[in-house]
Amino acid sequence: MPDFIAQWLNQNEVFTAITVAHYWDGLVTTVQLVFLSLLLGLMVALPLAIMRTSKSPFISGPVWLYTYLFRGTPLLIQLYIIYYGIAQIEGIQDTFWWTIFREPFYPALLAFTLNTAAYTTEIIRGAIVATPVGEIEAAKAYGMSWALRMRRIVLPSAARRAVQAYSNEVIFMLHASAIASVVTIVDLTGAARNIYSRFYAPFDAFIGVAVLYMLLTFILVYVFRRLERRLLRHQRPVGG
Amino acid sequence: MLDLKGYGPSLLEGAIVTVELAFLSLALAIVLGLLGASSKLSSNRVLIGAATTYTTLIRGVPDLVMMLLFFYGGQVLVNNISDYVWEAYGIDFFFQFDPFISGVLTIGLIFGAYMTETFRGAFLAVPVGQIEAAKAYGFSRWHTFRRVMIPQMLRHALPGIGNNWQVLLKTTALVSIIGLTDMVRVAEEAAKAERSPFLFFIPVAFVYLALTAGSELFIKWLDKRANAGVVQGD
Repeated sequence: MPDFIAQWLNQNEVFTAITVAHYWDGLVTTVQLVFLSLLLGLMVALPLAIMRTSKSPFISGPVWLYTYLFRGTPLLIQLYIIYYGIAQIEGIQDTFWWTIFREPFYPALLAFTLNTAAYTTEIIRGAIVATPVGEIEAAKAYGMSWALRMRRIVLPSAARRAVQAYSNEVIFMLHASAIASVVTIVDLTGAARNIYSRFYAPFDAFIGVAVLYMLLTFILVYVFRRLERRLLRHQRPVGG
Repeated sequence: MLDLKGYGPSLLEGAIVTVELAFLSLALAIVLGLLGASSKLSSNRVLIGAATTYTTLIRGVPDLVMMLLFFYGGQVLVNNISDYVWEAYGIDFFFQFDPFISGVLTIGLIFGAYMTETFRGAFLAVPVGQIEAAKAYGFSRWHTFRRVMIPQMLRHALPGIGNNWQVLLKTTALVSIIGLTDMVRVAEEAAKAERSPFLFFIPVAFVYLALTAGSELFIKWLDKRANAGVVQGD
């Protein structure tokens, strides 16, 4: 370890081995929560986005209502409704679901998943709708069925159009996950709040965690920039 | 009819607090956005650097962390300044950093960064010829900004301002976490006391929905007005 870091660690009272370990636990929780909710959200969003583009109002209507409700209300309210509401469901405390939803992690995961799925559905829908008509006509002319067309033509090209907007959604989700600390989850923000109240050192505690979030954000931005370049490599100018 | 068990009036007061908070933050965000965009488009390196640092920092940190930093850190900072002023000049002043002020400052600062990007794009969309023409007429820089740039960029900025406003409105819910008695806070306390979360949170969710839906209509109307006389392709 370089001398100046060792010196700095010795000098300050806030960032000791114990608090750094606490931050680490928080970091692990944040990453788990964000990664799982994004993964589950994407899995939910893909079929919903396809349903949302359906011509039948009986299929696209309910999906529209779902995305409208979840995008029009604050995530904090959704979290409160799920976190406080689940315990109120008649008889849930006798079923095995209660062993899962008693932990605050799972209601939060459910709220985050439903929220990100709503936004992701609209992102994917936008990308699907923007598919050039010629591509679909060509696929039809080749005799491709609807499912094959979806899988081989529409979805791959939609993925390219969606990746930029989706990267914003991922970063938004990382930042939104900070509210998990409100329902007693010790994520990064929760760890910072504990350390703040232990040492009454708001600047150390919150600026420290802000730097960590910023690092995570920049890593995500970098990864998505690489991904985007890969997905759009056929559009790069020659020699570029 | 919906029976709110006597919490109706305080929920309504909370809703008014939410709306006040949102409007004040929006005003601050627009001012910061205009300043930020002007700095980014200036030829002064220090200004460009400062504005770029500002937008990058804000976009890297969660709203809630920033709010906690301002609320808890702001008070410590005010106390330190107050101590210093007392020792150095013998002037006694005290300033209570309440959740409302921290909320407006944080949300304004965060959305100022997003507004900076919105306004920057909108300013760039004003044709250079317009600015040259203003110069040719002998307009001063401020005059050009107020009479030529602002009216023409507003048309391009409106959709962005609308999106930011929708997100801002939902972000105001976070201020309940640092103790502001807005409608989310009232609903949370009522839900805990009455043990009926759905009864209180779902109406609050619908108030937010009504606010976002209402502003969507208003923005559409504004957009139509701002684009009056513009011929749009298909």
